[in-house]
Amino acid sequence: MGLLSDPNRRRALISLLTRLNAPICVVCYMAGVAWFMGLAFEPFTLRTYMSENAMGSTMVEERFPAGERALATGREFSAHKKKVGGMPVDWLVKTMQARGLEVFTQRFSRTLPFPDENKERYLVKGTNVYGILRAPRAPRTEALVLSAPCTPGDNNNQAVGLLLGLAQYFRNQVYWAKDIIFLVNEHDLIGMQAWLEGYHHTNTTGMDWSPLQGRGGSIQAALSLELSSDVITSLDLVLEGLNGQLPNLDLANLFYAFCQKIGVLCTIQGKLQRNDWDSVSGYSHSVQTMMLMVMKQASGRPWGDHGLFLRYHIEAATIKGINSFRQYKSDTTTIGRLLEGMYRKLNNLLERLHQSYFFYLMPSLSHFVSIGYYMPVIDYILLLICALDLWVQLATPPPRTEDGVADTEQMSSPGVLSVLTPLVISHLTGVEVAVEHFPVSETEAVVLTAIAIYTAGLALPHNTHRLLSGEGTEQGWKVLKLVAVLYLAVLLGCTALINFSLGFILALTLVPVAAFVTPHVPKILSAFILVILSPACTLLFSVFFFQELQEMPVSFIDGWMLFLSVISQGILDHSLYGSLVYPLIALLVYPCWLLFWNILFWK
Amino acid sequence: MKVHISATGIHMEADTSTPETAVPSSVPQPKDDFQEELVIRPLHSGDIYASFQFRTLWETDFMRGNKVSHYRLFPKSLGQVISKFSVRELHISFTQGYWRTMQWGQPFLPSPPGAELWVWFQDSVTDVDGTWKELTNVLSGIFCASLNFIDSTNTVQPSASFKPLGIGNVTDHSFLRYATLPREIVCTENLTPWKKLLPCGSKAGLAVLLKSEKLFHSSFHSQAVHIRPVCQDWQCKTTSWELRQTLNVVFDLHTPGQGKREWSLFKMFSRTLTEACPLASSSKIYIDITDNPQGEQFEVSPATPLLSQAMVLGDRRTFSVYDLTQQITFGTVRSLNLLIRWKSRDMLRPLLHGERYVAGYGLQTGEIHTLMYNNHPYRSFPVLLLDSVPWYLRLYIHTLTVASKGKDNKPSYIHYQPSKDRVRPHLLEMLVQLPPNSVTEVTVQFERALLKWTEYTPDPNHGFYVGSSVISSLVPSIVAMDTNSTREQPLFSSFFPCKEESSYFVRVYTEPLLVNLPTPDFSMPYNVICLTCTVVAVGYGSLYNLLTRSFQIDEPSPGLAKRIANIIRKMRGVPPL
Repeated sequence: MGLLSDPNRRRALISLLTRLNAPICVVCYMAGVAWFMGLAFEPFTLRTYMSENAMGSTMVEERFPAGERALATGREFSAHKKKVGGMPVDWLVKTMQARGLEVFTQRFSRTLPFPDENKERYLVKGTNVYGILRAPRAPRTEALVLSAPCTPGDNNNQAVGLLLGLAQYFRNQVYWAKDIIFLVNEHDLIGMQAWLEGYHHTNTTGMDWSPLQGRGGSIQAALSLELSSDVITSLDLVLEGLNGQLPNLDLANLFYAFCQKIGVLCTIQGKLQRNDWDSVSGYSHSVQTMMLMVMKQASGRPWGDHGLFLRYHIEAATIKGINSFRQYKSDTTTIGRLLEGMYRKLNNLLERLHQSYFFYLMPSLSHFVSIGYYMPVIDYILLLICALDLWVQLATPPPRTEDGVADTEQMSSPGVLSVLTPLVISHLTGVEVAVEHFPVSETEAVVLTAIAIYTAGLALPHNTHRLLSGEGTEQGWKVLKLVAVLYLAVLLGCTALINFSLGFILALTLVPVAAFVTPHVPKILSAFILVILSPACTLLFSVFFFQELQEMPVSFIDGWMLFLSVISQGILDHSLYGSLVYPLIALLVYPCWLLFWNILFWK
Repeated sequence: MKVHISATGIHMEADTSTPETAVPSSVPQPKDDFQEELVIRPLHSGDIYASFQFRTLWETDFMRGNKVSHYRLFPKSLGQVISKFSVRELHISFTQGYWRTMQWGQPFLPSPPGAELWVWFQDSVTDVDGTWKELTNVLSGIFCASLNFIDSTNTVQPSASFKPLGIGNVTDHSFLRYATLPREIVCTENLTPWKKLLPCGSKAGLAVLLKSEKLFHSSFHSQAVHIRPVCQDWQCKTTSWELRQTLNVVFDLHTPGQGKREWSLFKMFSRTLTEACPLASSSKIYIDITDNPQGEQFEVSPATPLLSQAMVLGDRRTFSVYDLTQQITFGTVRSLNLLIRWKSRDMLRPLLHGERYVAGYGLQTGEIHTLMYNNHPYRSFPVLLLDSVPWYLRLYIHTLTVASKGKDNKPSYIHYQPSKDRVRPHLLEMLVQLPPNSVTEVTVQFERALLKWTEYTPDPNHGFYVGSSVISSLVPSIVAMDTNSTREQPLFSSFFPCKEESSYFVRVYTEPLLVNLPTPDFSMPYNVICLTCTVVAVGYGSLYNLLTRSFQIDEPSPGLAKRIANIIRKMRGVPPL
């Protein structure tokens, strides 16, 4: 600090900073990216370990015997589903009652703002059926949830069968300390949202549902089961929830521990774990796994029915059965035993899961990167140094004239106006993109309207200048850029705190823009680069990149269609489940980018 | 008088020194009486409900100046408690599990999960709070329970919900104290001292069935002690003290598959009965066969010719009676093992039931919803709702709404006592009219308080408990009730005094709530302390320095030669160096 309190040395330091500003920015950016890539390198990451004592050393035995019967129940369910042409509510109620559960139903309906083309639905009406296994001598204060979605077609019958099989088996056990709720939800996420809102009696999204009749107190943990084949080769764990929230890492540890114990292959992001971390392919494998997690988390949408539980501080994950062409197969009894073991351990919980991490990335199921390791990435990338340079440039006193005071006032007043106007206008454009009630009701129309408004925003500099009285000064754009850079830094910093992946992806593309843009660079080329690095194009690239990572590359046309559907899904997620990514992009990120666009065309 | 609390109970020094003058030496006629009773009721859900009642009546006066020191059937430890703390009425219950009203109907004696204690003191007590504090500590020793955790933060004085059940027309609720401990775990260590209060212990009579390994292998377990003064005869010329010990247990009858289901005394309690308690004047087993007039639902063996009808919970019910004082009951094998075989079952809805839950998400605010169901097809009736909420849930009482069938339902009486942080809980009592066939929803919003770090329990992430709400009501009865309380009738039907013929008293407890409060990460303080200290020490001081001082380039003072040169130059009229 002595360095800073000595004015001479301070001046020297500042001049060094301003002189080396560009290289320092580049080095920091590179360091950030390199650090991020390093996170996937196994020696740099930590092995997962069980933090919760109540689940760690306690021994449980798995004895679930009735896999075959569960499959038979699943087939019966499928037959009834086909007969009814939807959810066989009566059959489910009867079956659950026969298994000794208290059974309740919930009806719900929801009108979508515009038709969902992917799932072909507009007015959604359905019924959730759930049965509560009351724990003996428990005062109804705590509960666990096991859910299976009732999907149309031939999918997921085995999951419902296994759920009912487990219910029957669990009912005859004496050791339960928490009520267990077996839930079959219709219309996957919408049904789940209705059930959760009903259970907690909130209404965040304007859905109609009938109130729940039976409850089990505060839900401690939940698992959602997706199983569409009689035998499986591996189980996939899905963690990413709404707005990039993740369940406590102990839930993932629990799953991993039981897969190891029972001998089921387990994957995360559909990727098996590899042991050859020191080879290039092994490293790229874990980079791919981690990047998939980053992309999924950044999307902010729930990647399974569990995703909606996280808002209510209920630790939840989805377990998907995958049947590929591998030799090694596991039958339903094995999965049943795995679930039984997990529920028995969750049943032993004395407190909510809280010991382990809530913010993490997983390059493989056995390794994780905690928030302390990944947060430096965003710190490196953020361009406070660039802002410092601008601040210094602005703060250097202009050559002193006779009436110095009047001169500075003259200089600053157009500055404020010229900064405020683009700020306001770009945000207004953002609001326009974000407004949900487009005057159209077709999916394509909605998406195209959004894109049109987005593109129209590019004409902004001209509009701004028409509003401004005088010429933009040199000082003016610098003030504007300073504001824009600080704005971007705060925005990305806050985003990264809540949803690291989203913050990281946005920072990766927006920071170079923010760093290089001035009115003095070649216009056409810079404009091209700026557009390429705009939020919409980032999304487009992400779509292709995601497909590439999933080993399902798409052609440009398909990618474009996918891009459009991603936008419509984003808008739908926002209105159906309260996802925040779309409003964040439309209201904050895009206007921020427009500010830089404005600087480029500063006159 | 000094009280010692030990594992076995209490001893009072003063008693040992008192000369035994109170014992009437001339007439050894016993003025006390002991009855025992077991009711078995097959429930509609297919479970089986067994309710034990042991009643000791004693015509004595604990409140006189002279000490009562000769105890025969009445347990001495409780007698001393009554006289020392001037107790008028004492009701204590320990419950493990929640009574499922929707599946099981109404219990004979309701109780909330955990421990519940309510006491009416004599109006001679001056320091009620002090006496209450001492009493809870003494009871804690007697029942081997954590009743010593009852303090001012969970004690309330209900104004209407808990009226005295014995004789005496007390209306001043300043002599009433009510507290619940929803977290109390009930187990064998509470059962053993409870059994010791019985005249025969667990050696003879019905109490031989009370084996903890079976009683705690059930869906519901509740044990209670009720002490109150009652009338000896219908004119109420003399009063006597009544001690009722009750134990209710529900056994889970669910068996996989639809095979033959049967249940016997031996299967339930792993014992059979061989004799009545020799000290008991009456010892009976009742089996509820109301739903089974022709024996189509279940059959009971051995069959008994004795039938009894009783009015209980607004319904006329028929019971098979087994009198254990008759030798013939035990048959040739000298042991009674009742057997019930099921055939079918159906479901009946209770007229009144309640449920409660916390709505909302996040750790800042929430909403308590209490639902009260009136399932009567055409009669509306008033209920008294009592809510005692700990201070760390700060109720926003202006958000209190009561609605039935979507319409506002204004309570005719509201008694609200706001909480004081760390001193006393919220108390909310109100009288609400429940329309027929309706659900009445009471909602109130609350804010979760941030506790001081020493106030958190060792397991703060488990959550904090809020005790059950109590819904008390006179429910319209299907049959006319018998209000003559002195007539010979089964014990289980005679607990709540009944003043009206057309209705009966019901108390329903809702489930307790488990609420999460904002909890700091307790593993972090060390890190946080280290980090903040470093930041403050290194960073803050210097940064503050930098920010508040203005820096100027300090011109070094010119040397002596230069100064002289400047003076000379000034005199010459040339600008200085």
